[in-house]
Order: sequence, then structure tokens, then C-alpha cells
Amino acid sequence: MTKHPPRWAERLLEWYCKPELLEDLQGDLNEFFDRNVKAKGVRRARFIYVLDVLKFCRLYTIRKPDSITLLLHWIMIGSYIKTSGRSMLRNKLFSSINIVGLAISMSVGLIMIGVLVDISSYDKFHEKHDRIYRVISQRQHLGQDDGNFNATTSRRSARAIQETFAGIDDVAVLHRGFEGDMKVGEKVLPLTGFYANEGVLRVFSFPLLKGNPATALKAPFSVVLTELTARKLFGDDEPIGKTVIMNQDKAYTVTGVMKDVPKFSHMKFDMLGSMSTRDIAETASKNEWSWDNVWSTWVYLELPEQADLNAVQSRLNTLSRKEDPSTPNTHIQLALQPLDNIMTGENLNNQIGTILGSTLLWVFAGLSFVVILSACFNYTNLSVARSLRRSREVGIRKVIGALKHHVAMQFVMEAVIISVLSGVVAFVLFLLLRPYFINLQPDLQQLLVLEPSPFLVGCFFVFSIVVGLAAGIFPALFFSRINAIQVLKNATSVRLFRKVTLRKVLIVFQYSVSLMLITGTLIIFKEYKHFVSFDLGFSTANIINIRLQGNSAERLKKELRELPEVTDMAEAWLVTGIGHYAGEQVRNPHQPEDSALVYFNRVDEHYIPFLNLELLAGRNFMTRPDSSEEREVIVNQQVLKRFQLAEQNPQRAIGEVLHMAGKELKIIGVIKDFRYGKPGNNTPNEVMLRHAVKDAGMLHVKIAGGDNAATYARIESLWKKIDPVHTFSAKFYDDTIKESFSGISASVKLAGFVSLLAICIASMGLLGMVVFTTETRLKEISIRKVLGAGEGKLMFLLGRGFFMLLAIATFIAIPSTYLFCDAVLLKRMANPAPLGVGEGLVGVLSVMAIALVMIGSQTLKVARSNPAEVLKNE
Amino acid sequence: MKGTNLGEFEELVLLTIATFVSDAYSVAICDELEKSSGRSAKLGVVHAVLNRLEEKGLVKSALGEATSTRGGKRKRFYTVTNGGKAALLKAKEVRDGLWSRIPAFALK
Repeated sequence: MTKHPPRWAERLLEWYCKPELLEDLQGDLNEFFDRNVKAKGVRRARFIYVLDVLKFCRLYTIRKPDSITLLLHWIMIGSYIKTSGRSMLRNKLFSSINIVGLAISMSVGLIMIGVLVDISSYDKFHEKHDRIYRVISQRQHLGQDDGNFNATTSRRSARAIQETFAGIDDVAVLHRGFEGDMKVGEKVLPLTGFYANEGVLRVFSFPLLKGNPATALKAPFSVVLTELTARKLFGDDEPIGKTVIMNQDKAYTVTGVMKDVPKFSHMKFDMLGSMSTRDIAETASKNEWSWDNVWSTWVYLELPEQADLNAVQSRLNTLSRKEDPSTPNTHIQLALQPLDNIMTGENLNNQIGTILGSTLLWVFAGLSFVVILSACFNYTNLSVARSLRRSREVGIRKVIGALKHHVAMQFVMEAVIISVLSGVVAFVLFLLLRPYFINLQPDLQQLLVLEPSPFLVGCFFVFSIVVGLAAGIFPALFFSRINAIQVLKNATSVRLFRKVTLRKVLIVFQYSVSLMLITGTLIIFKEYKHFVSFDLGFSTANIINIRLQGNSAERLKKELRELPEVTDMAEAWLVTGIGHYAGEQVRNPHQPEDSALVYFNRVDEHYIPFLNLELLAGRNFMTRPDSSEEREVIVNQQVLKRFQLAEQNPQRAIGEVLHMAGKELKIIGVIKDFRYGKPGNNTPNEVMLRHAVKDAGMLHVKIAGGDNAATYARIESLWKKIDPVHTFSAKFYDDTIKESFSGISASVKLAGFVSLLAICIASMGLLGMVVFTTETRLKEISIRKVLGAGEGKLMFLLGRGFFMLLAIATFIAIPSTYLFCDAVLLKRMANPAPLGVGEGLVGVLSVMAIALVMIGSQTLKVARSNPAEVLKNE
Repeated sequence: MKGTNLGEFEELVLLTIATFVSDAYSVAICDELEKSSGRSAKLGVVHAVLNRLEEKGLVKSALGEATSTRGGKRKRFYTVTNGGKAALLKAKEVRDGLWSRIPAFALK
């Protein structure tokens, strides 16, 4: 082992220490080091040395910044900007590639920063946001937990915490389900909100504009409205003390009006009802206070400053131990989650509102990081590839008197200028991409604003400078090391970039990633198209599905019959084929111990002909009086198969009786199988149709083709006449199906965008490599030309190597993408479209075409160059 | 001028330099301080004090000859200036004056 102090510590000392003090300090440290080596061993001595170096870093030892150097840098900045500008203008192609490449990847980074800024500003408006904790719970049955923690806990635990816990300042309790149609006079508004205890107004910063915060949520049947809701309901009238009727049932008194809930609140509501209401209204429910009913209550604790979280946690554990016996075989684990952590934390079940969650944030951050890193790498790659031209300039600068750090400074400056320019372009891209990104998913729409505020713009500016520094540091170091004499004597003699193999590997890597991404995108897109146009077994064209929202179907139908465009109508309880399910356990008529889940839909007698479902045997439902008991059911072939009824003969199955939920339903008809669930889901397909007597909830309207938008508008205006309260909620069946696959379409868009980025970046990397190679081989090419080689031959010679690289990338990317999609992606979906060669071919061809243009244009330029011009300079 | 007064530790260091006459340098001062006062003197602290004393003009310093020890680095030797001597004498006077005024029984 060396008996030497750590080199880096010595250098650190040399760097920060005043020159006049340095020698003495070094000597002293060395003397102590030698002593310590003898007394305590080398390792310990080295450790003490480092400590002492750090300890010596005091005001009187630190070297004052060299004012001359600073002044020089300051004077030279003008010159740097000038030369950078000139060199950018001279190489318009390179500069624009650099700027565009950086800008594209930076726009992703900007969106990422925007998301981070938005997400981290959540819930900061609460004055005590750093002291508020949410109680989260996990239910473990027979020692097995059911996955994640829930954001909710039980009301029982809330009461116990409130009554028995010491050292907690306040408790806020919210309960789901305070929502419905609120009626004032003739006005009706559908509103959502929570039941809330009095603590909610104390713990959170939801200031009341009117009413007394101490008592507003105290009495049962009190309601606090937000400002906006109050204005909608009462206009300019005084709302306090007025009565609102909820769901034509319970009367609530308005006791307060609060400021609207800020956008950046993780909980959003129109109103709060007093928690004490539940104690009167829900007395019958025995579940209300049970220990394992952890699904409906959110509990927030306000802890004193510098509270001991471990103490609170251990009290929660004690509570669990005490209460667990009340629910056999079940353990409820409670834990605390900081309010500031809700938006960025784990994806818990039962959130009070939508959250982004850490998983998505990490994936997105990782993606942006990779994209930006490869763009920085390309910048480095291209600037070093251009070094042949710039090295003379550096040589002359050095001869005139520039030091290493002056040259480095110049190149860093240049990179920063380019990255700031890219930042401006990226900002424009950001503004263009913003609406698309936000509309990618309904959740994002609710969560994010991405408002280009001054703070955000400041962040962007800092970000572009950081990117510039990261991209410029390597070229700066490279150029500052150039040997002036050698470079001026003979520029080509400098071995500029030895690590060509590394660059080859990187190109193969970049192209493999691009190919994988583009092929993957094409495959997902194919699946999307396949599912959207999937044959469900019934026709969905030109059908509008209207949610009745409590209105009488008969009334609407009467109005709609007046429209000439409406050709047919049918009622149903839920829309099939989009992933909505309802099921009932049905007993096997011949084997009483066997039962199976059979999905069902409640429909009226028009439904079967309306959707062109094929009735194989028996008859359709017939109109029956509203009060009559349900007796009949129509099943599909799968039910016959599942229960082995009548040897699967539809004719003979008529008359069999199915038992379910205390009812006996006779099979009156058998229909051909159709798709009840979402085509992509692996769900069984036993389905029965039950007769809806009155107002099934959904009205299917078939319209004659033609101007669908106009017809839709006409139906909407009809709706407004019938129900002025609820907004018209209707969609074309085909659109609903597309929406049910919005997850896939969102990933197609996102993956498509990322593959575009990857291809851009990879292409630029390739271009840099091609230019570098062709420029270094310029003389060789000229000599070959003089000796008689043709242009085509020369292009082949130059391009051969690159096409080998691309071929390798293809052989890596295409099989692995197909294997991955086959083994992972398609395994998870039911009824996928089979993988075809087409996607891979299109992917490879499009990427190859771009690469071909790039390689071709550069090699052609070199192959066409005049050999006399090149060679005379020797 | 600020700082003609001596702090307690400054006085100890200055006295130690005086005892060495001409070969007082940082490490030796440290060792001597530890030996005579029995408390540990950290190198960093001693350096800071030496620097301050030099700023106040109570000591002056010069680099010695290079030797093979200390990794070839030269030692900086400190000597007490006339100002330093005056400051030490003044401090002693103040103390002696106070001591003489203490009645004999008070500290018995």
C-alpha cells in the first residue's frame, strides 16, 4: 500500500489555497500524515489527511478569484460569441441539425419540467401542508394483503384517533357519496362533493367567504357550497340560511360559502355536507362503523410541528391490535402519508381524486433523460467530427496566447449559445405540443395546466443552459487539449477520434432502438385498428347511445319519433362491447352444486332486432305490465354450452329454468353468441338478456346515414327541451368503442412521438459519423478518382460500412420486437390480430430510406468533388 | 487599531513562539502547546491564530530551508516582533497588577 496522502485531496488543497500559504500547509499536513502512518496506520492517516484538508478550507486560506482571468474571460465573451456565430453560419447544415435535434429532445424535457412544476405545486396552498398527514390502510385477510395500500381508512379508526390519540392537533375526515341533484326552487344542478367533519375547514386552507367556519359543518344537514356553485344555484341572492333539496329527498341548509377549490388541490368538490348528517341518515347501516370497512373515508391528521412520526405510527399499530379482533381473520394495517407526497407518491387504491403517481412520473422522466442524453451525445459527436476544420482556429488561438481554459470556455460558450437557441425553438414546440399532451388522456386534462408562467420559463432557461454545458463539456475538453504546433504544421496528422468502434456500437444501438420503437408502434396501431373494427356480432353503425340520466325513456322516444332521421330505437341498461360488465351467479339447472357467473344486460323488446342479434330459437320478450314479476330470460349459446343444457340444441333448451338471486327465470329464447365484453379482454362470454320493464337507463337511437353531426345537434336540442338540468350525454356507438381503447390509442400516439424522436436523433448521429468519415477520407477518394474509380463505386465504398451497421441493427431489432410483442403484449390481449411481416417491413424501409438519403447525399458530395482541388493543397 | 489586545489562546501561542526563540514553526508549536497546557491544539486552529498574529504585526515569518522530510516542503518559522514583545509585557503587567491587588486570604 502506498504511504502517500490521497492525490485528489492534495489537488483540492492546491486548488483552493492561496499560493503564499500553500507550501507551509502542505508541509504541515505531510508531517502529520507521516506521524499518523506510524501511529495509526496508512488507511486512518489518509482519512485524517482528507479531513484536515477540508478543515483548512477557511476564509483566510481560500485563494481570491483571479481578477485578471475573469476580466479576460469577460472581454473575450464578445469574441467567443462572434466566432461561434460565424462558425454556426458557415456550417448551416450542422448548426441546424444541432439546433433542431436539441430542440426536439428538449421539448420533451420542457414538458417533463412543466409536469414536475405542476405536480410539485399541488396542495401547497394549504398553510399547514407540511404538517398534514393522511392515514392510509391495508386490509390483510388471512395473512394475505390485497395489494396496495388504500388512500381510505375506516370511520371507526377516524373516531378512535380523534378521541384517544394525544399529540395530534386536529383531524379532518371526509366521506364519499355526498352527491346528487341539488334543487333550489326550480333550478336543479347535479353536484359532487364529500361529507366532511368540522376539522376539514380547520386543517385545510379552504377559507369561507360567508358563514362561520367553526359551526358551518357542525349541525346535521348543513352544506357548504363553493363560490361558483353558490352563484350557479342562487345567482346574486344571499345563499346563507337557504334550503336546498338533494335528490328530491333530503333538505340541507346552506351554512357557508367557501372560495373555489384551487386547481392544484388533490381533492376537488362542488360542496361539502356535514359529517353529522351520516350519523342520522345512515344509522341503519351496520357497515358504517365496522373496522374493516376501509373503503370510503379519508382521514387527514394535522400534527404539531416537529412531531414524532414514529410515535404516531406506533399508536396506530396499537389501535390496529386493539380493533382487529372485531373482524375475524382480518388485520388492518394503518400508516401515514404526508400530504405533500400524495401527488407524487405511490399509486394507492381509492384515491380521493385523480393523481399522476410516481410510476408514470419515473417512466416519463427516464424517457426524457434518455432522449436528451442521446441528443447531447449527438452534439458532441458532430462537433468533434467537425474538428478538422476547427482545429486550425484553435491552434492559432493557442499560439496567440489562449490557455487551455480559454479554449474550453469558448467551446462551452458555443454549445450554450446553440442550446439556448434550441431552447427557444423547444419552447415554441412545447407550446404547440402542450394541448396534444394534455389531451392524450382525460386524467392528464384534469391534473395539468402546463401554464407557461415566468417561473416555468425561468426553469426552461436554466434547463437549456444545463443541456448546453452537458453537451459542450466534451468538445471543450477535446479542443483545449489540441497541440498547437502539431495542428498548425499538419492538420491531418492529429489523430482526432480514436474511439471509432465505440461510435459504431452507438449507431447500432441508436438504430436498434429506433427500429424497435417504430415497429412496436406499428404493431400496436395494427391491434388498435383491429379491435376498433372488431366484429362484435351486432351492428354498431349510425347508432347514438343516449344516457337517460333519470328521464323517462317514453317521453324522449315520443319526441324522437318526430325526427325523420331516426329510424329505430331500443333501450338497454348498459352498452355492450366496451368493457362494462354486470353478472349474476346462476345455478346449473341439472347440477345444483354447480354455478357460474353469467353476464347480463337488461333490455327492452326492441333490442334484439335493433342490434341485428340472431334469434336461433324461441321468441323475443313481449311487452308486459310494469308491475309484473320478472319470469323470462334469453340466453346465448355459450350458456347452453356451460351448463350442458339440452345437448346444446337451442330448440330443446327453450323452457329450461335458470335460478339466480332467488328468482326462477324461464329460457324463452336462444340467441347466437355475440361479444358482450371488450374484445381485448379475456372474459368468459356467457350472456343472458333480461327484460327491462321500465327505463333501462340507456337509449340506443339508430339514425339514417348522412349528416350525422346535424342529426346529433337536432337530438341535443330536443334533449334540452326535455331535461334542462343535465347536460346531454350521448355518443356514437363507434366512438364509444374507440374511446374504450383510448389507452391503446394514447400509447400509439406517445410511442409514435418517441419513435420519431429516436429516429431523428439516430439519423443525426449517423449523419455526423458519415460526414466525419468522408471528410477524413477525402484525399483517398480523390486519389482513387484520379486512378479512374467511378462515382457509383466510390459511393458504394463509402456507404458499405454504414449499411453493414444498419443491417446489424435490423437483425437485432426486428426479431426481438416480434418476440417481445408475441410473448408479452399479445399474450395479455384476447383475440389479437396476428403479427404480420408488414409492420416490420414498413419500419425497416422507412428508417432505411431516411438513412439512405443521409448517406447518399454526403457520399455523393465527396464522390463528386474535384480531385484537383483537394490534392493541390498538399 | 483593532486587535492590539491579545486573546487567551493567542497569548499562549505567542508565548510558545517566544520560548522557541528562532525555530518555531506550526507543528512544533502545536506539540509544545499540547505538552505545556495539556489541552489538544488542533493544527487548523493554530494556523488560524498564527495568521491572525501576523496580520496584527505581533509575529513575523520566513520560509526556511527545504528538507527531505515533510515531502520536500519548506517550514515557515515564526519570530516575535517588538510589537509582540510589548503586547506580551503589557498583558503580564495587567495580570501582575491584578494579582497584587487580591487580598491574601481570598485565594487561600
